[in-house]
Amino acid sequence: MADRKVSPDQPRQGSKVNGDELRVIGVPRRRVDARAKVTGQTRYADDIFLPRMAHCKLLRSPHPHARIRKIDASRALAHPGVYLVLTGKDVPIEYGILPVSQDEQALCVDHVRHVGDPIAAVIAREELTAWEALDLIDVDYQLLATISGPEEALKTPEPRIHDYGEEGNIHKRVSLEFGNVDDGFAEADEIFEDTFFYQGNTHLPIEQHASVAVKDPEGKLTIWTSTQTPHYLHRALAKVLEMSPAHIRVIATPNGGGFGGKSDPFNHEIVVAKAALLLDRPVKICLTREEVFYCHRGRHPVLMKFKTGVKKDGTLTAVHLQTLIDGGAYGSYGVASTFYTGALQTTTYHIPRYRFQGCRTFTNKPPCGPKRGHGTVQPRFGQEVQLDKIAEKLQIDPAELRLRIVESPNAITANFLRLSTINLSECIRRVVKVSGWNDKFRRLPEGRGVGLACSAYLTGAGLPIYWNKMPQSGVQLKLDRGGGVTVFSGASEIGQGSDDVLASIVAEVLGLDTFDVRLYTGDTDLGPVDLGSYSSRVTIMAGNAALQAAERAKSIIAEAVSEHLAVPSERLRFADKHVFDSATPEKRVAFREAVCLAEARFGTIGTVGSYTPPKSPALFKGGGVGPSPTYSYSAAVVEVVVNPVTGWITVPKIWIAHDIGRALNPTLVRGQVEGSVYMGLGEALMEEQDFRRLPKRLSHALVHKFPSILEYKSPTSLDMPDVVTELIEEPDPRGPFGAKEVGQGPLLPIMPAVANAVYDAVGVRIDEVPIFPEKIVKALAEKKAGRTPRFGPTHFPHVDWPEALRVPPPWEGGDGNAVNDVPRRAKPGPEVDLAATHKKALRS
Amino acid sequence: MITLPVESQKTSHIRITLNNEGTDVSFAPYKTLLEVLREDLGHTGTKHGCELGECGACAVLLDGKPVLSCLVLALECDKKNVLTVEGLGSYGNLHPLQDAFADLGAAQCGYCTPAILVTAKALLDQNPHPNRDEIREALSGTLCRCTGYLQIFEAVEAAVIKIAKQIPERNPALPGA
Repeated sequence: MADRKVSPDQPRQGSKVNGDELRVIGVPRRRVDARAKVTGQTRYADDIFLPRMAHCKLLRSPHPHARIRKIDASRALAHPGVYLVLTGKDVPIEYGILPVSQDEQALCVDHVRHVGDPIAAVIAREELTAWEALDLIDVDYQLLATISGPEEALKTPEPRIHDYGEEGNIHKRVSLEFGNVDDGFAEADEIFEDTFFYQGNTHLPIEQHASVAVKDPEGKLTIWTSTQTPHYLHRALAKVLEMSPAHIRVIATPNGGGFGGKSDPFNHEIVVAKAALLLDRPVKICLTREEVFYCHRGRHPVLMKFKTGVKKDGTLTAVHLQTLIDGGAYGSYGVASTFYTGALQTTTYHIPRYRFQGCRTFTNKPPCGPKRGHGTVQPRFGQEVQLDKIAEKLQIDPAELRLRIVESPNAITANFLRLSTINLSECIRRVVKVSGWNDKFRRLPEGRGVGLACSAYLTGAGLPIYWNKMPQSGVQLKLDRGGGVTVFSGASEIGQGSDDVLASIVAEVLGLDTFDVRLYTGDTDLGPVDLGSYSSRVTIMAGNAALQAAERAKSIIAEAVSEHLAVPSERLRFADKHVFDSATPEKRVAFREAVCLAEARFGTIGTVGSYTPPKSPALFKGGGVGPSPTYSYSAAVVEVVVNPVTGWITVPKIWIAHDIGRALNPTLVRGQVEGSVYMGLGEALMEEQDFRRLPKRLSHALVHKFPSILEYKSPTSLDMPDVVTELIEEPDPRGPFGAKEVGQGPLLPIMPAVANAVYDAVGVRIDEVPIFPEKIVKALAEKKAGRTPRFGPTHFPHVDWPEALRVPPPWEGGDGNAVNDVPRRAKPGPEVDLAATHKKALRS
Repeated sequence: MITLPVESQKTSHIRITLNNEGTDVSFAPYKTLLEVLREDLGHTGTKHGCELGECGACAVLLDGKPVLSCLVLALECDKKNVLTVEGLGSYGNLHPLQDAFADLGAAQCGYCTPAILVTAKALLDQNPHPNRDEIREALSGTLCRCTGYLQIFEAVEAAVIKIAKQIPERNPALPGA
């Protein structure tokens, strides 16, 4: 196993692929878009000002749940400076990110489902005028009972928030069983049952969502918008506006932070598009911070119950996980989120038998959706805290316990996820070493402690959001006579460095500097489709597409240069902006000349590349959520200091190791790791998207507890601890130059590591996130009173689970189908070799 | 209630020094410095994340001191000196802070970067050799959701070294030259 230690900020050379030195990949570099960012020239959506531009504001529901009896916008329309007022009937067609949840309307027609649901739009010459006119719209509401949480939703089938879903206010219920879990529990020496709660939280990107739409001179639609998923917005606009997608251009402007919060097609985007078409003038909207909180689509609050069987040596015999999910008012990504609360539990440790039951309910709150670590963060917290409890009971060091049960590389899991490289063991050993774990765990003075936790995460979702057989990512390259190379791609830059990934791959293959590569990305007119910046998919998918396009360009150029220099093309190397004979390096042509030779020989030089993930062996219904080309792994140790009187927690230091495959740009990779640690720490200690009732004498409405940045606490520069980042690099055969994901995975171990560290420090279990000081104080009081030293949920409500789909795991002869469902035919592909992987898994 | 078109609302007028350049601007009197910079002067380098003085993304230097431009009325700025991210570099060269931020990964999405850059400049103008804690303290008014701040601290520290090396070239009389 390659386990080279990488110090992220030291230039390093000498990485080799097929004997050739890498000159760009793996070298810490200034990202291609850095200059624009440090000079303030990056143009975010709200930085766009166009002549004759009008401004849009949305009237939003003050009620969490109501029928709209009547809307009268006549006074608003008569207000001087108002150009247009739109209501639900102007854009009635339903849309949503998932084909199974087309449950949103850009403006509610007759039913509002949460405070902040948009009802009408005013488009005016001035932003202030639009604000003023909102007050002149008269809406007659018929109030409906508010459903404020999942337990209430289970008990309250009427009134229904939506007229689709399982029944009542249950949006989605799933039940899957991989092997006989009861047999697994019978084999166990110990059985652990724990209930956990993970509170919701939100992305809080500093850039507020903004969009500018314009009817272009030809009469087509163009929209610049802060979106992570221009392709999915493109589809939603075509549907709602009933236009050909060929006449719509979506330009994803660089996002001022996304984290999943700009991944849905949004009502405000559709509204400004409609208004621009009607008015034939540019229309802009920029949400206020309060509106951003109500837009949400963030982390689902999840109640979880874990039942885990273990042998005395720590071997897991079976896991039964139940999740109850607060979905908020719309579907959003929720069906996928529901599956994700169970899907990736099997990717870290070997679980021979696994039962997962998940239930998502509708409630009258802003819709939840995907946030960094989508759906996996919550159960990972439960799993990793429970493992800490298991380790203590079995008197095994928590690091040692995990090392004993880490899943094997290339295994197929009980739920038919095909894993690739796994360096979780090395991650654990590395953080144990650099943190001085063995000298600290259970050895620090009272009030000080360390905790360890691990995780795995997707490197790109295996399936697209809508069913199709096309590639998930495409890249076009254009080579010009001046030696310039231009990349056209739909990939959207949300700050993570996707432009730099594309530029570095192309530059590496063609022997150029990243500065020689020009990029046009996130534009549905200019580049081939990329599905978007979500599920940590861009490096592997757009990266592989760029690699293929660049390799194709390279071979065309090599053929022309080979003729010119009379050197066999396999001897040619591309480096330092030259193409040269590796046997006699002085025999060479400049890259620019090489392009001219190729153009003279073959005509205009342009190539394409595309990427489709390998097919998954999971054939059962629901098996589409969880597969990924490969998975990243992380392990973290967190040190905490807890004041035993106030419960106040400080975090002096965090050590994290991440199995990245290969770091394409170590500077950016380190930034992703530290940024994930930071965001995880915020979730662990302070961030919560919580709600409260207004007083009865007011509307009694269910509103956001504190829709402001001042009150929604997030870590500042004063709160951020020192972080030691260790990158474990074993190139993964499926990643471009071996790269795996880094944008999300390193967040996941932080919250459970904090909880485990709190236990090490003061001996109380906080089975709930965020871990507020008052929860610690309460648990300490329980401890003092001789009761269970714990704070957290104590029961999991009854859910009418459907009959489980029973899928025998690979080692029980399963073929990926459920035995009690219609079998689905295996789609043969080069990567599906169940027999061979079964053998490997059985050996483990 | 009558809302006048914006042109006829531009009844206020100030003269400021914006990024070392004398600048006259007319604007509606209710506008904040942030709005005048972005909407009336086309300086969109300065960002906003809340317009309530919470996120710190709109920081600019007013007479050398960092202020939240969303909380300053433009009318208060007459005859004052305003520095934004657009004025950090000179003669086509990036300021050492900008160079260090670009090289060391201190800007990810880049949205808070202009505010952090000018705030860091104000810090270094006052205290050319800040330690890590002083940097943390000085930058604590601007939230960054991407980086976890550490690469920002390192970039400021790298710029400190770079600036210290530059000064002796200009002024050999300074100690340490």
